[in-house]
Amino acid sequence: METYFILPFTLGMLFLLIVLFIKYGLWITKLSHIDKLRIVQSIFTRRSWDAIKESFLEGLVHRNMYKRNPLLGYMHMCFAMGWFLIIVFGHVECYMYYGTLAKAPWYPIFFQYYVHEWFPGERFMTNLMDFLLLYILTGVLLAYFKRINSKIFGIKKTTKLKPLDRVALISLWFIFPMRLLAESATAALYGNGGFLTNTVGQLFVWIGVNSSMESMLWWGYSLSLGLFFVGFPFSRYMHIFTEILFIFLRHYGIKLKKQFNSYSRIQVYSCSRCGVCIDVCQMHVANISNNQSVYILKNIRDQNLTDRKLYNCLLCGRCEQACPVRINLNDLRISQRIRATKEFNSDYAFLQTLPVDEPQMIDSKPEVIYFAGCMTHMTPGIKKSVLKVLDKAGVKYQFMDKEKGACCGRPLMLAGQYEAAKKLIAYNREKILESRAPILLVSCPICYKVFKDDYELGQITIKHHSEYFLELVNQGRIQLAQSEKTIVYHDPCELGRGCGVYEPPRELLRMTGQLQSVQQEKVNSLCCSGSLGDLSLSMADRNVIKAETLKVLLQKNPDVLATACPLCKKTFVKGVDVQVKDIAEIVAEAME
Amino acid sequence: MRNFGFSTTKSRTIDYGDIDRRLISYILENEPTFNACLSCGSCTAICSAGNLTSFNIRKLSLQIRLGDLEKTHEEIDKCMLCGKCLLECPRGINTRNVVMLIKKGLTIFEIKDKA
Repeated sequence: METYFILPFTLGMLFLLIVLFIKYGLWITKLSHIDKLRIVQSIFTRRSWDAIKESFLEGLVHRNMYKRNPLLGYMHMCFAMGWFLIIVFGHVECYMYYGTLAKAPWYPIFFQYYVHEWFPGERFMTNLMDFLLLYILTGVLLAYFKRINSKIFGIKKTTKLKPLDRVALISLWFIFPMRLLAESATAALYGNGGFLTNTVGQLFVWIGVNSSMESMLWWGYSLSLGLFFVGFPFSRYMHIFTEILFIFLRHYGIKLKKQFNSYSRIQVYSCSRCGVCIDVCQMHVANISNNQSVYILKNIRDQNLTDRKLYNCLLCGRCEQACPVRINLNDLRISQRIRATKEFNSDYAFLQTLPVDEPQMIDSKPEVIYFAGCMTHMTPGIKKSVLKVLDKAGVKYQFMDKEKGACCGRPLMLAGQYEAAKKLIAYNREKILESRAPILLVSCPICYKVFKDDYELGQITIKHHSEYFLELVNQGRIQLAQSEKTIVYHDPCELGRGCGVYEPPRELLRMTGQLQSVQQEKVNSLCCSGSLGDLSLSMADRNVIKAETLKVLLQKNPDVLATACPLCKKTFVKGVDVQVKDIAEIVAEAME
Repeated sequence: MRNFGFSTTKSRTIDYGDIDRRLISYILENEPTFNACLSCGSCTAICSAGNLTSFNIRKLSLQIRLGDLEKTHEEIDKCMLCGKCLLECPRGINTRNVVMLIKKGLTIFEIKDKA
């Protein structure tokens, strides 16, 4: 029986289905009780529909990747959409001939092998299947080229592979060319086939073809399918179905926790290793190319993540912003740091013994409570300017860390010291709530981020000074004079991508000077390299990255380089001729 | 002890043979920049934790080099990792990494707090 060739395919598929069933079953059962309730509650709502829509747009069409890199998006779309359609229309074709869908799965897959005679719609279906095959083959061709030279995709580097990935990758590369050859051989023997297989079939006739050769080619097709299915759960192709699971869970409102859990694992396995994150990473400037998110996720999967790799990341969030699958890359990395450092968290017992501050305002409650933060105390110019603006506008404020103050906890959070950070958070939180002020004013985006994400301050609104000063201007409490100076604005990572504040600083700058745009700004802005997210990057490497960022920012030779973060300012100010100013300083100057 | 023509009391001598070098070796292995420290004290002057407590990272750096690990454990827990020292260090030492390495090293060598 020459139809034994269906065995590799069938066994491979069976194996794949069993492994997927066990893996996904385990992951879903391991979700927290609340997360499971979330799934049950939203499964029959609009959210499922939205998830289906996104699965189609991202899982098949690859819209996000297409936006970022059209050629890469097209390649992924060829494989995903093409394969999906070939399966769907394979079943349609099978139904048209046999009049039933209850056929064994190998009939639609090897349809050309079984059916050689004409049936209504046969011409159309064979040509359609040929067209889809051609469509996938263009993607396969691009994949070959990408491996040889990734530059034609406009990407600097493509992902490195591990052995099992290579097996899966090579079998994937063989599947569709083998299908073409097998179908063409059949077409040569029986004189059928569409525009593609028939043409290639003519070639087979010319070189001479017999049924044993045909059977061999079908064996090849089935073997490459089977091999791919067996390699699937252990390779990066696991992302194909995991991404869909991830999209559904995300739509059901499940969020990434601080601790690495089952949902984190689903995110890790959703990574297709497309390489978009490699391309946006600034570390390449300093010749560091082993710590990009795609490799970290791979290391998490393989459980061989080293401390040096884990800590060598600015956590600027550029990769997270670019990720077509929308994986929470920053928080995933932090969750690994939490795991790596959980044995040595401080308890900050000294906080309990600190003297209680004398209340600064006994008679009435303040309008705002101002938290300058460690970094602002390092840049007294910013602190003075903020206080000057507040005084001029007649704002009643309480200065929370005027003389002494505990850190906000974000630097600990970035280092993975979650339990330690909680102690500082509890201490500061109490002080903020005690002040009874409705607004918490901060000057440092690093503090802003942790206040917003982890403090649970209830009714209190948290404002960065750029947001608050804009409000003061709009209320007419301060007036700004416009100058002719040209200004470029640098988006701090924690303020921009971290908290989504892009416009208020720009509006203020438009009122005080001539704001120029930069090539990479807002969500695409570059990191200054001073980030506290990185623990192991050397000063020399930081300076290389900083120089590149400055090159982009200072392209138009502005008079002033404005930023909204004391750490960015401190980083830029060393070794640059242009004036570096915080938004608070610019506003304070423009008031005169 | 050889007679150098002067005498000293036991409490004022440092015996280099007795120093517990495990922690300092561990730190230097993973963060070689720590070797560049010239004990200028800039980090200590700017320190947020030093402002709140008796925490003195310059002193700590000497203690580590002298192998007084129990005392180190007690002190290092006061650091809040805010990173001001990183900006102030004239030698470009990765101070935050040094602190994390101290913490990790003390865990690896199972040094317990004195208290």
